[in-house]
Amino acid sequence: MSLSFQHGRLISVLVTRKMTTLSGVVADSIRMKLETALQTKHLEVINESYMHNVPKGAETHFKVVVVSDKFDGLPLIKRHRLINDILREELQGGVHALSIIAKTPEQWDKSDKIIESSPNCRGGFGK
Amino acid sequence: MNSLLRRSIFPLYSNTRKIPSRLFADVAVKDKIDDIVKKNKVVVFMKGVPDAPRCGFSNAVVQIMRMHAVPYESHDVLSDENLRQGIKDYSNWPTIPQVFINGEFVGGCDIMLQMHQSGELVEELKKVGIKSALLTAEETKKEEA
Repeated sequence: MSLSFQHGRLISVLVTRKMTTLSGVVADSIRMKLETALQTKHLEVINESYMHNVPKGAETHFKVVVVSDKFDGLPLIKRHRLINDILREELQGGVHALSIIAKTPEQWDKSDKIIESSPNCRGGFGK
Repeated sequence: MNSLLRRSIFPLYSNTRKIPSRLFADVAVKDKIDDIVKKNKVVVFMKGVPDAPRCGFSNAVVQIMRMHAVPYESHDVLSDENLRQGIKDYSNWPTIPQVFINGEFVGGCDIMLQMHQSGELVEELKKVGIKSALLTAEETKKEEA
C-alpha cells in the first residue's frame, strides 16, 4: 500500500466528515440545547444566513422547527419566549434573526409539514 | 464588526462618552416606549419604514397590516440605536419587528403571520375597536350572495 493511497483515503474520510458536520458550531449548539431542554419529538435547525447580507458560512439567521410535548397548553408567545430563553446566549451573541415554528406533536401530525422559507432580506445594513 | 464599522463612520463616537449616559438613557428610552405603545392602539417597531422596509420580516408584518387595513404607528429602529436596544429590553424579546396592540406586546413576524392565518388577528383587532378590512370584505361577499 503506497503512502499516497493512504493519504488519499485520509482526505476522503476528512471530506466526508466535513460534509456531515457542515451545519456549523452555532447550529449544533442550538440543536443540542433545544433537544435537551424540550425533549423534542422533531427538530429542524435551518441556517438561513445565506439569504442575507452576511459573509459566506455565517451563522446569523436561523429558522427552527420545534415539536415538543412541553408546548402543550402554552400560547404561541409563551412557546416563543421559552425558546428565546433557551437560546439566550446565541441570541446575545451572533444570532440576530430567529424564526420559530413551535408545535405540539399533535399539531405537527395534523399540519402539512411544509416549512416555508423566510421572507427575502431587504438590506438592513447588516443589522 | 458592527462596532468597527460604527467607529470608522463616526470617529468621535467613543465608548468612554457612552457608558456614563447609558443608565440614564435606559430609563429615558423605556419611558419613551411606554408612552408610544400606550398612546397608540397598534404600534410596529421595525427596520425601515412601511413604504420601504429594510428587512423581510418587517416587510411581512407591514403586508399583514396592509391586508387588514390597520392604522398603526411605526418606528424605525435602524434610525435610532437606543430604540433598537431599548425595545428589545422593554419587551424582553430578542428580535425585530415587534408589534404592540393596546400597549401590550403581541409578537414578532412569526406570531403575526400565524395569528393572521388562524383568524386570531381579526379578533384581537376587534377587541381594540379596529375592524379588519378582511372582515369587511367577507361581510360584503355574504350580503351579495
